[in-house]
Amino acid sequence: MNNTGHDKVLLAHGGGGLLSDQLIRQHILPRFRNNTLAELADAATLNLDSKALCFTTDSYVVKPLFFTGGDIGKLAVCGTINDLAVSGARPAAVSLAMIIEEGFDFESLDKILDSIAETAAQNNVSIVTGDTKTVEAGAADQIFINTSGIGVRLEGVELGFDKIAVGDKVIINGSIGDHGMTIVSLRQDIGFKSQLKSDCAPLADLTCKLLTETKGIKFMRDPTRGGLAATLNEITKQTGFGIVINESDISVNPSVRAAADMLGFDVLNIANEGKFVAIVSPDIAQTCVDICKEHPLGKQSAIIGEVVETKDVPVVEMTTAIGGRRIVQMPYGRELPRIC
Amino acid sequence: MLERIYKANRMMDAACEAYNRTINIMEVCGTHTVALFRNGIRATLPRGIKLLSGPGCPVCVTDQSYIGIVLALADRPDCIIATYGDMIRVPGKGGSLETRKSTGNVRIILSSDDALQLAKDNPDKIVVFVAVGFETTAPATAVSVRQAAIENIDNFCVLSGHKLVVPAMMALLNNNSNKIDAFLCPGHVSVIIGYGAFREITEKYCLPCIVAGFEPMQIIEGLAEICRELASGTPQANSIYTAVVTEKGNALAQNAIAECFEPADGYWRGLGKIEKSTLQLKEQFSKFDAFKRFGVIEKPEADTTGCRCGEVLCGLIDPPQCPLFDQPCTPTNPIGPCMVSSEGTCAAWFKYGRKEEKNQ
Repeated sequence: MNNTGHDKVLLAHGGGGLLSDQLIRQHILPRFRNNTLAELADAATLNLDSKALCFTTDSYVVKPLFFTGGDIGKLAVCGTINDLAVSGARPAAVSLAMIIEEGFDFESLDKILDSIAETAAQNNVSIVTGDTKTVEAGAADQIFINTSGIGVRLEGVELGFDKIAVGDKVIINGSIGDHGMTIVSLRQDIGFKSQLKSDCAPLADLTCKLLTETKGIKFMRDPTRGGLAATLNEITKQTGFGIVINESDISVNPSVRAAADMLGFDVLNIANEGKFVAIVSPDIAQTCVDICKEHPLGKQSAIIGEVVETKDVPVVEMTTAIGGRRIVQMPYGRELPRIC
Repeated sequence: MLERIYKANRMMDAACEAYNRTINIMEVCGTHTVALFRNGIRATLPRGIKLLSGPGCPVCVTDQSYIGIVLALADRPDCIIATYGDMIRVPGKGGSLETRKSTGNVRIILSSDDALQLAKDNPDKIVVFVAVGFETTAPATAVSVRQAAIENIDNFCVLSGHKLVVPAMMALLNNNSNKIDAFLCPGHVSVIIGYGAFREITEKYCLPCIVAGFEPMQIIEGLAEICRELASGTPQANSIYTAVVTEKGNALAQNAIAECFEPADGYWRGLGKIEKSTLQLKEQFSKFDAFKRFGVIEKPEADTTGCRCGEVLCGLIDPPQCPLFDQPCTPTNPIGPCMVSSEGTCAAWFKYGRKEEKNQ
């Protein structure tokens, strides 16, 4: 039994009455203490000193809700922080909206809220506004979360596809495929035991350090769904340039490699939640890697490739570990486990 | 590693010189096809070596009429279809299993044991296990059938689409237009059947059958061994995948197959009817036989889509020679199964093939 006298979320917890008030005052407000939220106004008022703000939104429906390395709450904060981070912004405020299925237990809800609070606090981001809705059993699957975020763009930073030039280097801050393979290993229809761990992490601290200490970063993106392959293909499509990456320089954890091989997945297509890809001028590439390596989230950073002239149509190619070459295509959208 | 690659390449170069014509090597297994592309091995081979992709992708060789039966069963409200992931996007009449997944009647499983568990968890439904694959997956199916019999799980049944590798390889060689000089034999299948199973091919057709694993060096050295045997005129059935493949294979798995299944004539996409090339459940397990339970049989029909998957599977053409390849047939909009499966030859060419290779 929790402090609202219920151990499951009832429809009435979203009804706008006494139970809604209890949910907000006893479960939510104490975890996200800040003056803006405490006012419970219809809209949060932010005093941000900037000419350029970045604004983003994302919804989170991950199953299972809890996984090794994170949970839906941590993911919801990190995902939005990371979208701001790779846009060249320092995250300032985040909104939190939850759609909760009737019957969802408060114990899980509290764990998720704790995780959101902890991740936000670690990153000096306030949850400044929010919403909770409850829906009938079966109308949602346990809990869905939406977060929006506002960030202040760092002064002098301008990132964009149009800045990318031939000769620029491709950098990533560590191993690939960890999040996606972790989730796959826990999925109801595929599940297997493993030592996999999601890389779910907020990147803003590292990206802000990188952007303030160097000049010459052209573009950044977090390779989430579709993995590194989707991100690099998006870059070639938008710029018209090719990209060549080196398989030997791309770090893949052995357990991720083994699970991907077993299922027939291409690790380049697997989602990451704590990685960014940066396209940078060749003259600062090594400096960027050195800066990243000093940060806990960048220990395995590496230059993994280069932007090249297009011969015919813009493609991503990979030089393989044995010295061969192959194309890296935009993934279809869902990897399917193979038969044998 | 580099030294081993150089050595292998020297062996391949020597064979090309001795032959003075293109050497056609068929990799039978879909996993080899993907590994060859994914590791960029094709781009490193001498020009004189041509790789042909064979009928080793279980999804690809499954006849369209089998797909039709699966889709019809998926539409029945009393059935749950338990399938390996690769199968769900294969197009048939009126869509695919993917388009039916939202009804809750289609579940992706990783093993036959998962299918049996589904049957236990859903006693009010008939769970139909879409049992495809070669000797690799057949033993597990056999074990599940045996278990279902022991535990009396009557709502579990198997739509056996299991196939045997050796009869298909022989059928390819019996086709006079085949160009095959040697086989790179499948690693996983050989764990079960042993490399000795390919000896009848070597003896009858006088060509090398070499089993290799799926690591890049295994594949390169397997190809080199084939070239060495071709150049020296001493073709053998052998294995360089010594870590897991023995001459006689896994007797336990072979016995499981023999206990539950018997070879039967069956239909293959592209290859047509091949004698004693598929596995059907023995009479004593007939109550678990989905064909019998639902009174359905495979009735192959002519393909009207213009898809040339059949010729691709036989190594008669490369995927870019199919008029549908790349436009309109892509992994997003697959017309034939070779573009659907992650092990499919067309999908591998589309995903990994470089322009230079596609234009060759």
